[in-house]
Amino acid sequence: MSRLFSSNDLAFILLATRWTVLLSMIAFAGGATLGLAVALARVSERSPLRFAAATFIRIFQNTPLLMQLFLVYFGVNIIGMNIDPLAAAALGLILNAAAFLGEIWRGCIQAIPGGQAEAGRALGLTAYLRMRLIILPQALKIAIAPTVGFLVQIVKNTSLASIIGFTELTRSGQIVNNATFRPFLIFSIVAMLYFVQCWPLSYWSRKLELRISSGKT
Amino acid sequence: MMSYVFQFGDVWRNFDELLWGALLTVELSLGALLFGLVLAILSAYGRLSWPRIASPIVGAYVEAIRNTPLLVQVFLIFFGLPALGVMLSADEAALFALTVNFGAYATEILRSGLESVPSGQIEAGLALGLKRWQVFLKVELFQAMRVVFPALCSQFILLLLGSSIVSAIAAREMTAAANDIQSRTFRSFEVYLVVTALYFVIATLFSVALETVDRLVFRRQDRPRALS
Repeated sequence: MSRLFSSNDLAFILLATRWTVLLSMIAFAGGATLGLAVALARVSERSPLRFAAATFIRIFQNTPLLMQLFLVYFGVNIIGMNIDPLAAAALGLILNAAAFLGEIWRGCIQAIPGGQAEAGRALGLTAYLRMRLIILPQALKIAIAPTVGFLVQIVKNTSLASIIGFTELTRSGQIVNNATFRPFLIFSIVAMLYFVQCWPLSYWSRKLELRISSGKT
Repeated sequence: MMSYVFQFGDVWRNFDELLWGALLTVELSLGALLFGLVLAILSAYGRLSWPRIASPIVGAYVEAIRNTPLLVQVFLIFFGLPALGVMLSADEAALFALTVNFGAYATEILRSGLESVPSGQIEAGLALGLKRWQVFLKVELFQAMRVVFPALCSQFILLLLGSSIVSAIAAREMTAAANDIQSRTFRSFEVYLVVTALYFVIATLFSVALETVDRLVFRRQDRPRALS
């Protein structure tokens, strides 16, 4: 019937953690790049851009991430390209992270008092320079804590890649469980491995928040 | 190279199945909301009344849930608990997992609300001869809810959308219904596109409804509108 849970199984699960880490890093790097564009479009002076960004955010924040991953996975196949689960998961997670980070950063950008932009205008700075030299550096300071907080979300979100068949941490647990049938032990180990990735980030984010709210930035 | 022909016929033919799934999704989410809120209120009350014992336990619960994926929690409950002698059907495990998950986030949200209630109010309540639990229920809780209601609403929307994850253990809800239809008709993209739209509609309807509840119950016309 089922074989015993061995150190090989443990090693398999431990090693699968690197795929979770890699997928998280891809999702964050891609999501941050696209998310910045979304945030800037969201506060743009051109209304079509604002509308497009708001629609993008609204769609991704009001539909399940699992559906987003399914649609990317099956959608790319439709246009005649073969996509492997890693690429589909990465693309889906990037789009999702871009929407959430875009919304978080929009809030940070809009939190900068309007006088700052006006002062920049009075100094003759172009819209681009006002954003780059005045608004963004200040927005960055308040953006760090919620961004680190969202990193936790990203790491947890990568677990859904297992459902479209990518072997990361959660799926490695399922695979080992199917062979050894020690679900409580195995999924506890899996949960623990997520916890050691997420908890430090949560802790760091909380620290940063406290520092900001006490005014020592 | 768009050689693919979209065929939604199979989806519409099975649309009643999806609507039935949508109803189950809403039921599941509302159930988890209700039980999760009770859990959160008990946790918050425990923290106040027996700080020494309850605080570390509640704290560990909140941290454990918030720092692990819902999918793993679902697996741990559905596959793991039977190994300890607790048998749950997929539907029960789904409700249980979503409740425990939402309860942790709600506990944390509620805590920030309770902290915002001035201590003078509590002292006033006690001075009037109310018991500690009466002060909690009648003085603190309502005011805390007023403060945190919008945050609880967004957390509920996340719960509603996150409930699609329980399809992984084949609990009956909308995503599972979509998986069924997909496996019979092979119209994966079409089915999931329609289901995604349904989720969007349900989430939007709930956002609007909850905003109305907020206005009516907590009378907060002054709050600026959310994302336009």
